[in-house]
Amino acid sequence: MKIAVLIKQVPDTEEPRKLAASGHLDRNEAELIADEITERALEVALKVKDGDKKTEIIAVTLGPGSATDALRKALSLGADSAMHIQDESLAGSDAVSTARALAEALRKIDADAILAGGESTDGRGGVVPAMVAELLGLPFAGPLAAVDFEGSKVTGQRPVAGGNQQVSVGLPAVLTVTESVGEARFPKFKGIMTAKRKPINAEDAASLGLTVDHATGNRVLSSAVRPPRSSGQIIQDEGDAVQRLIAYLESEQLI
Amino acid sequence: MTDILIHVEISPDGTPASNTGHLLALARGLGRPVAVAAVGPDDGAVPLGQALGALGAQVCFIAQTEAATNTIAGGGTEALQAALERFDASTVLCASTPDGREVLARLAIRTDARLLLEAQTLRLAGEQLIASHSVFGGNYTTESTLGSSLALVTVASSGTQPPAAIDAPEIIIETLAVNETGCSLQDFTQAQSRAERPELRGAQIVVSGGRGLASQENFSLIEDLADSLKAGLGASRAAVDAGYVEQSHQVGQTGVSVSPQLYLAVGISGAIQHLAGMQTAKRIVAINRDENAPIFSIADFGIVGDLFQILPQLTEQIQAKRSVSAG
Ligand SMILES: Cc1cc2nc3c(=O)[nH]c(=O)nc-3n(C[C@H](O)[C@H](O)[C@H](O)COP(=O)(O)OP(=O)(O)OC[C@H]3O[C@@H](n4cnc5c(N)ncnc54)[C@H](O)[C@@H]3O)c2cc1C
Ligand SMILES: Nc1ncnc2c1ncn2[C@@H]1O[C@H](COP(=O)(O)O)[C@@H](O)[C@H]1O
Repeated sequence: MKIAVLIKQVPDTEEPRKLAASGHLDRNEAELIADEITERALEVALKVKDGDKKTEIIAVTLGPGSATDALRKALSLGADSAMHIQDESLAGSDAVSTARALAEALRKIDADAILAGGESTDGRGGVVPAMVAELLGLPFAGPLAAVDFEGSKVTGQRPVAGGNQQVSVGLPAVLTVTESVGEARFPKFKGIMTAKRKPINAEDAASLGLTVDHATGNRVLSSAVRPPRSSGQIIQDEGDAVQRLIAYLESEQLI
Repeated sequence: MTDILIHVEISPDGTPASNTGHLLALARGLGRPVAVAAVGPDDGAVPLGQALGALGAQVCFIAQTEAATNTIAGGGTEALQAALERFDASTVLCASTPDGREVLARLAIRTDARLLLEAQTLRLAGEQLIASHSVFGGNYTTESTLGSSLALVTVASSGTQPPAAIDAPEIIIETLAVNETGCSLQDFTQAQSRAERPELRGAQIVVSGGRGLASQENFSLIEDLADSLKAGLGASRAAVDAGYVEQSHQVGQTGVSVSPQLYLAVGISGAIQHLAGMQTAKRIVAINRDENAPIFSIADFGIVGDLFQILPQLTEQIQAKRSVSAG
């Protein structure tokens, strides 16, 4: 079994994230890390590999040079190799351009399963993996809160409004996960050392046969910072806190 | 006037999903709302059309296909494709739900169109559609547009009242053949929730509990308070991870984003990823025993105290007020 995992590098959510004047992420201000949800997607693949050592895992990313760090992280956790799509003309790609590039790279890999995060923490678009599925003519299942590989099919739980769907899909397919699939493992020292020797294959627009069309895509027109919130009245509970809270809620006409 | 297509999701009971009215309200501001749905061959297309008319749809395009009964998001993309051929549409709207996102993602590729993602509001500047977005957990508001003529939009906001009902909407029913090699639906388990609790996303008041509740049993204190206020039920990721409450209640970076009139955070420290889902609330009230908890730095009213002392009294007094004003 060959599993490709789509790893995305994003600004760390632990720090306030900033937009540059262009309306795009201010990369100089950001600590960039592998999006946690994509590490959790990788973890699903690693569990399959735990059960069957013959499983091959390829981490794939589209991003600038710095995104190599996210791929190294994936390799240190146990991915076998990586593919890095990097090209000036792909900078600022919207969801469609991103999906087209990833799909071309994935054609070369020809995986049995493609795993991705349900939505990224920076854009929260949640559409790239389904676009990849459409481009490759594959079924799509996601976002899944639990994933089970059973031979040539995958079953899973898909939370939707009002309940949970139990779903089933035949491989090859594109699968996305929610954070409920569970935490990612930590890299071990040996993993970090061997990651340095694992291959990261480079691709660019030319090698993937891509021509990028930014003109029809998304254009940011304006961006405004929300004024910071300040704190109001903070009281110690001395037995009368409930009274005072209710008085506050009434004065604000909230109850 | 241009046509605005709306991807309608159908609830398990056959009625339009609760966000349909909001989508129709947005559409009404932009052109003629055309509701598009895919249903099974035996599902009542005419009653569905009437229900959509009641929510403000002027035209209903209902595709009947086997795929809608057993495939995830089955027929949704094909129904919109067929509708795009029939109507002169400038815009397609869907909710930012799992089904909506999949359907519009596939449609974008099939029609070579581009997307406006996670729109909060939509407006027209001449012919140009402009969407506003809440970025990085509400730290920024941006506006964006597309360079293409057809705009596919995923809508992140909710809660607007549906526009005025249309008594006799035009209902068009078409049979569609759909390739059913997608992801198949095996079973559905209804979530357990107390009746009449408002949906988290659109609720006027949200009451959220965190790790401070310390157990699943204790979490009922949060549910009781929420119900006394007729509020939506929220939670921190730590409370979800500990199994106090289902993931669908998680507020924050990787959960639901809410913007209610009042947000009550109880036993929640206020991690940056939690704030990312609630800091645009009109008023924030926090209860925490640690006076240094970061949640206090954005609270309009904060109580430093033990939630186990405070919650039962608070719920009781609010219930007492409600029964006085009701009686
Ligand atoms: C990529 C990423 C995404 C994330 N997404 C989310 C998200 O969507 N939503 C989210 O919430 N978190 C998210 N987190 C996690 C976040 O960083 C925090 O770990 C989490 O919000 C903490 O939850 P908590 O406040 O309930 O727990 P804690 O931080 O443990 O806080 C518990 C609080 O309860 C108080 N307390 C304890 N007992 C009492 C008592 N008896 N009375 C009063 N107060 C009491 C304590 O003083 C403490 O402040 C994310 C993290 C990452 C890395
Ligand atoms: N540039 C990228 N490189 C690799 N994977 C990506 C990229 N963009 C999106 N993805 C994958 O698609 C998922 C959903 O992203 P999005 O549609 O941007 O919310 C992410 O969690 C990743 O798994």
